[in-house]
Amino acid sequence: MKTDVEKAQLKTLADYRPQMAQCVKCGLCRAHCPVFAERGRETAVARGKITLAQALLDGDIGPDDKVAESLSQCLLCGTCSRHCPNQVPVDSMVLAARRELAAHRGRSLLSRSLAAVLRRPRLMQMLAFGVPRFAGLLFHRVPRQSGLRLRFSLPMVSRQRSLPAFARNSFRRSHAEYHPGNPDRPLVALFTGCMINFIYPQAGEGALRALTALGFNVVIPRDQGCCGLPALSAGDGATAGELAANNLRAFSLHNPAHIVALCASCHSGMTRYFCDLGPAYEKLSLRVTDIHTLLVDAGLEAVLQGLPRPATVPGAALHLPCHLRHDPQQAAAPGRLLDALTSTDWVPMDRSEACCGLGGTFSLYHYATSQRLGAIKAEAFRQSGADRLVTACPGCIMQLQDSLDQAGLPQRACHILELLGEALEDVQKLALPASSPTIRAEQKSNL
Amino acid sequence: MLDRRILRLIQDIVGEAYVSTTDSDRLCYSYDATQRRHRPDAVVWPADAEQISRLLKLANAEQIPVYPRGAGSGFSGGSLPIQGGLALVTTRLNRILRIDQENLIAEAEPGVVTEDLQQAVEALGLFYPPDPASLKFSTLGGNVAECAGGPRCVKYGVTKDYVLGLEVVLPQGDIIRTGGETMKGVVGYDLTKLLVGSEGTLGVITRIILKLLPLPEAKKTLLVLFDSIDGAAKAVAAVIGAKIIPATLEFMDATTIDCVRRATDLELPAAARALLIIEVDGDASSIEIQAGRIEQIVAPLGVVDIRIAATAEESEALWQVRRSVSPSLRKVNPDKFNEDICVPRSRLPEMIRIIEEISARLQIPIINFGHAGDGNIHVNIMVDKAEPGQKQKAEQAIEEIFAATLKLGGTISGEHGIGLTKAPYIPLELETGAVACMKAIKQALDPNNILNPGKIFLEN
Ligand SMILES: Cc1cc2nc3c(=O)[nH]c(=O)nc-3n(C[C@H](O)[C@H](O)[C@H](O)COP(=O)(O)OP(=O)(O)OC[C@H]3O[C@@H](n4cnc5c(N)ncnc54)[C@H](O)[C@@H]3O)c2cc1C
Ligand code: SF4
Ligand code: SF4
Repeated sequence: MKTDVEKAQLKTLADYRPQMAQCVKCGLCRAHCPVFAERGRETAVARGKITLAQALLDGDIGPDDKVAESLSQCLLCGTCSRHCPNQVPVDSMVLAARRELAAHRGRSLLSRSLAAVLRRPRLMQMLAFGVPRFAGLLFHRVPRQSGLRLRFSLPMVSRQRSLPAFARNSFRRSHAEYHPGNPDRPLVALFTGCMINFIYPQAGEGALRALTALGFNVVIPRDQGCCGLPALSAGDGATAGELAANNLRAFSLHNPAHIVALCASCHSGMTRYFCDLGPAYEKLSLRVTDIHTLLVDAGLEAVLQGLPRPATVPGAALHLPCHLRHDPQQAAAPGRLLDALTSTDWVPMDRSEACCGLGGTFSLYHYATSQRLGAIKAEAFRQSGADRLVTACPGCIMQLQDSLDQAGLPQRACHILELLGEALEDVQKLALPASSPTIRAEQKSNL
Repeated sequence: MLDRRILRLIQDIVGEAYVSTTDSDRLCYSYDATQRRHRPDAVVWPADAEQISRLLKLANAEQIPVYPRGAGSGFSGGSLPIQGGLALVTTRLNRILRIDQENLIAEAEPGVVTEDLQQAVEALGLFYPPDPASLKFSTLGGNVAECAGGPRCVKYGVTKDYVLGLEVVLPQGDIIRTGGETMKGVVGYDLTKLLVGSEGTLGVITRIILKLLPLPEAKKTLLVLFDSIDGAAKAVAAVIGAKIIPATLEFMDATTIDCVRRATDLELPAAARALLIIEVDGDASSIEIQAGRIEQIVAPLGVVDIRIAATAEESEALWQVRRSVSPSLRKVNPDKFNEDICVPRSRLPEMIRIIEEISARLQIPIINFGHAGDGNIHVNIMVDKAEPGQKQKAEQAIEEIFAATLKLGGTISGEHGIGLTKAPYIPLELETGAVACMKAIKQALDPNNILNPGKIFLEN
């Protein structure tokens, strides 16, 4: 049976005509676009990308290599839109333009390889953990001083990039589906995202501990998959739609009060980019919350502040993921948690809001630019003197760790959820703080 | 279109990677903040004056128009390649060459972004005052070519007051130096001043020597709401009459206040029909005294409310009122015609009343704000071009506003230049003799008319 989502269409480039007209070509994005800062060419800045998208639509330019190249030069970081006097949604527009290009040109090799893997969780599981013969084909282990690391060996992935090792067991496989809590508390569903599931399960662990410490009932729906953002970012609207439909099914089954995303990118994918997929998906979108915001709202700060303070406390610098910056409350949440942690001191870092340079498929196409942006970040971190680089998105962690490695810095990048997990390790059920109005176990209509 | 032979010659000069004829580059260098579009045949990114000189010699030999371009943030179309040819982009000339703390000068290339220079000198306790609102992205070359100004100009003057010397590639390819590093210099004609504000029609600027000041220790911001524009104008006169020159004296008229009130939740009482944002700077003790005196001076002039910032955050909150103007405008109507007339500051209320009358008669919203200290009004005529007749109405309004401006002893462009969009209006302001003199200069320096042709003066 087809759901609404499968029938629904993502917006086409033509749907963005009014937003294109809102760009007044003032040039302010030149001051803010991190890709432009590196490339220095108008084809790389928001204003140029909008011009090209519009020209593509008007037939003033063909879907040629140069246009494809320019439209691939976007981190989808949204920095331009935040500063733009007219809030032109450049990221959504670039995604639509990439779909348009893919329709004309056929999907790129990268996009096809990605889709093949992302669409099949079982294949992903197998590639990551299962059949060594297969793993050898796509991911081969290489020794490094610090231990075993993997290099992603899809075509176009730079061989220089250091990639994190896959976890021994995926997060979803190693945890039960249901984690009952206080019956008065609502049911929260975890949207783990691929990277936390396969690479950073300790962050998932931290989320689970924090939520259960607050008494939430937690479900980790078995059949969830990739959020679809990587496919969308590669211009593959069809795969993105299928993945969204799958998640809608997986989550509807449990009818949770909240769906919490542990990954800032998954969160933005599900709330910002997919909400026009049709009414059913929009309903799901409305329930998606970023985990940090939920934890703050539910009073975790008070719990953390009540924990004992160790004799020596390491310093942590915070990198704010671009995908959390769209909303001020959301943007503040990771910092509030870090501030409340007694086991870590929050050390200020310059440019803590600047993009890490990953940008999903961007770093696959443009590793050199991505690396330069990462180097700026690594330098800011070095100057901060912090012992750890904390963030709230596994994509950022991967990029930040690579940047620290490339800069020869020994420190680790990690998810703030991992720190929460460590801090809450010994704490079993805590006294529940008064529940905030948004968190009450209200009766929700079915998804 | 450029033929292959010429393209190869250009490649020989700048290198293959630094010239492009692709559709995407031609499109992305076809616009500026006027939103008009004219595609160049090719885009070139030369590295230095020597390459620019060779490009201009080639352009003369082959009759190719050349259009200098900085950030493309111009409001009058100065960088638009209206006759095709080459867009000559200065992005690669982006070095700050030196900051001389003994002589208080800086030397920089034209592609340096204004704010980058300001931050570099401020780190050393020095100050480069010209502050166009586009300073985060405009280039120094574009600032010099347009003689850019900004809010601080009431106290500190405009770009031309800071340019001591230039290196320029003349239209036929000769590289010359004008002015120098000294505060004084009267040897020969003042070519530096001639080139400042020449809008890329007399030469390509490749080096700029700028005068710096010591950075003021502190500043203090006041927001004063008045019950009429006359009150605000009297306040400006009274403050300056009391021998206080604030660093900025920004005003918003009733139309602007209403527009911001509707679009934001900023607190602006309905009784406020004009406002001033006054910022004083200097050493910490003197700004307190200045702010106190301003408070006393404006008090009897119909003040509805006065807010004085005690901290940097509070100051930022006051400036937020001004910053929210641009985003609020679109909520009035989708398209704007943006003029930047300038009248003697005492005539400001008169000018505002004339504009209000035109707006009421033609039934189109016109929103005015700007730099009260120097009588510079940003007139925003808000229309919906999709509606028939609106564009014509806007054009009529512009003509009437320009005529009134000149009658009051003003000028039709305070900051944004003539370029393409204001060229038709030049005869309104300049005598034929003055235009002929300017054309003679252009003809002498650029006999083949290859540098930024079609700008400032209408051809035919
Ligand atoms: C949002 C916004 C706010 C603005 N606010 C102000 C303001 O407050 N005050 C103000 O004065 N202006 C303002 N402007 C207008 C504009 O930013 C200025 O005119 C600025 O100086 C242009 O710089 P640019 O580097 O973008 O030059 P461009 O637009 O690229 O070029 C402008 C002119 O300079 C010429 N030129 C550029 N570089 C050179 C060079 N090296 N040699 C010779 N000629 C050259 C070009 O040919 C063109 O004629 C604003 C614009 C915007 C979009
Ligand atoms: S800041 Fe916004 S309106 Fe201005 S050029 Fe960039 S995208 Fe267009
Ligand atoms: S989303 Fe980010 S990378 Fe893309 S154009 Fe905007 S600022 Fe540049």
